[in-house]
Amino acid sequence: MRLEVDITSKKFESAAGEQHDVIGGVSFALDAGEVGVLVGPSGCGKSTMLRILAGLDHDFQGRVSRPVSARIGFVFQEPRLLPWRSVEENVRIAAPLADEAKLSALFDILELKAHRNHFPGELSLGLARRVALARAFAVEPDFLILDEPLASLDVALAARLRDEIATLVEGRSMITLLVTHDMDDAVRLGDRVILLSPRPARILADLPIRTPRSTRGDAETAAIKADIMRRINGDPTKQAAL
Amino acid sequence: MPRLLSFALFLAVWWIGSLFAGDVKLPSPPAVLTVMIAEARSGDLFFHLGATLARVTLAFTLAMTLGAAIGYLMGRVRLADRLGDPWLILLLNLPALVVIVLAYIWAGLTEVAAIAAIAINKLPTAVVTLREGARALDAALDEMATVFAMPPWSKLRHVVLPQLSPYIAAAARSGLSLVWKIVLVAELLGRPNGVGFEIGVAFQLFDIPLLLAYSLSFAAVVLVIETLLVQPFEARLSRWRPRAA
Repeated sequence: MRLEVDITSKKFESAAGEQHDVIGGVSFALDAGEVGVLVGPSGCGKSTMLRILAGLDHDFQGRVSRPVSARIGFVFQEPRLLPWRSVEENVRIAAPLADEAKLSALFDILELKAHRNHFPGELSLGLARRVALARAFAVEPDFLILDEPLASLDVALAARLRDEIATLVEGRSMITLLVTHDMDDAVRLGDRVILLSPRPARILADLPIRTPRSTRGDAETAAIKADIMRRINGDPTKQAAL
Repeated sequence: MPRLLSFALFLAVWWIGSLFAGDVKLPSPPAVLTVMIAEARSGDLFFHLGATLARVTLAFTLAMTLGAAIGYLMGRVRLADRLGDPWLILLLNLPALVVIVLAYIWAGLTEVAAIAAIAINKLPTAVVTLREGARALDAALDEMATVFAMPPWSKLRHVVLPQLSPYIAAAARSGLSLVWKIVLVAELLGRPNGVGFEIGVAFQLFDIPLLLAYSLSFAAVVLVIETLLVQPFEARLSRWRPRAA
């Protein structure tokens, strides 16, 4: 299973009728079992790209190929839960085939056990994000999309949730695409870091991380991060070669 | 408790009013109650109430079902909105009396004509309310349902209907009152039974106690429906909302 993306251009018309280029030219491929991380400044068109990849937006130039029957798990930037259904119902409605054992394992990892019967309006943002994660993993996705799943959480909570995501990603072989503007998250979770330019988005660099995720300690992540930073900010000819 | 108090106040105002206006123009509450009991004893009250209630139920269900479907379509599909809008404005502004009279002329003094005429009167307001609801549907949740490949039935039940429920409740509440007002006109003009028919009789005989006995009995039925059906239903639907202080 493989995701191939070749978007040559995506334009967006504003309410005032002006044309904006959102994506300039982005092409990459991801294999099953690989975690690709898209990193770029805010507003560079990352979320637009995710919507195209998930099949929600067909109005673009280029080609996206993913297996036709691929089940998609999507963690949106806002949790997008159904406020009138309980936590458990939210997960079950999206994943009607998931069995009880699987669900309780998921709720266990994401520390949602005590909240099964709560409504989303009764949860904090951190908990609501976890429910959105549970929902995405419960469908047993072939293609998992995470759109800034750690944004606007405090540092400690973000770190915990990041570890939980890492555990869940390790547990299943699928194509995973994570979007973030945080280099730390990118380096800790990704197998490959794809750096995007400001709008209209182009790929600045596509950098593989060879150290396995589980063996990346604080020192290793810092080193990888420094290496990436050096590569982008440093020698421009080298950057082009990447 | 406040509801009981409010009801007592209503009775007091009525009684005082009848003292000023005189028993002929506005009979006192006990006088009306006596007629009500007599009509109930003979069985007439329940027969006519039942006939009217059956018409209300049928016309209301018909108008709400059709109105919700058309309103949803017009709120979601632009072409449907463009095509349907002139019809909607026409129907909204067509007097109930015209629809009823035409229905009786075209279809005869039949039950079908009466119920269809009542439903047609209610239909446009249901369409307008549900169209607003369909326009206000959250695109973000719609995308979520698409991405997770939710089957249409599941999407309708868990994503669309809960968002429409306040609009459905509003349409139902205003619709119930509208339908029961119009049903009386339809009965007065061309039905041999029902509360409207009895009020016609009372009008011809200038029998104000009979008139009040029937209209207040039906008002009581509507109040019971509202308290026992509509309000608990609404409360159940909105139990997920954080409670207001």
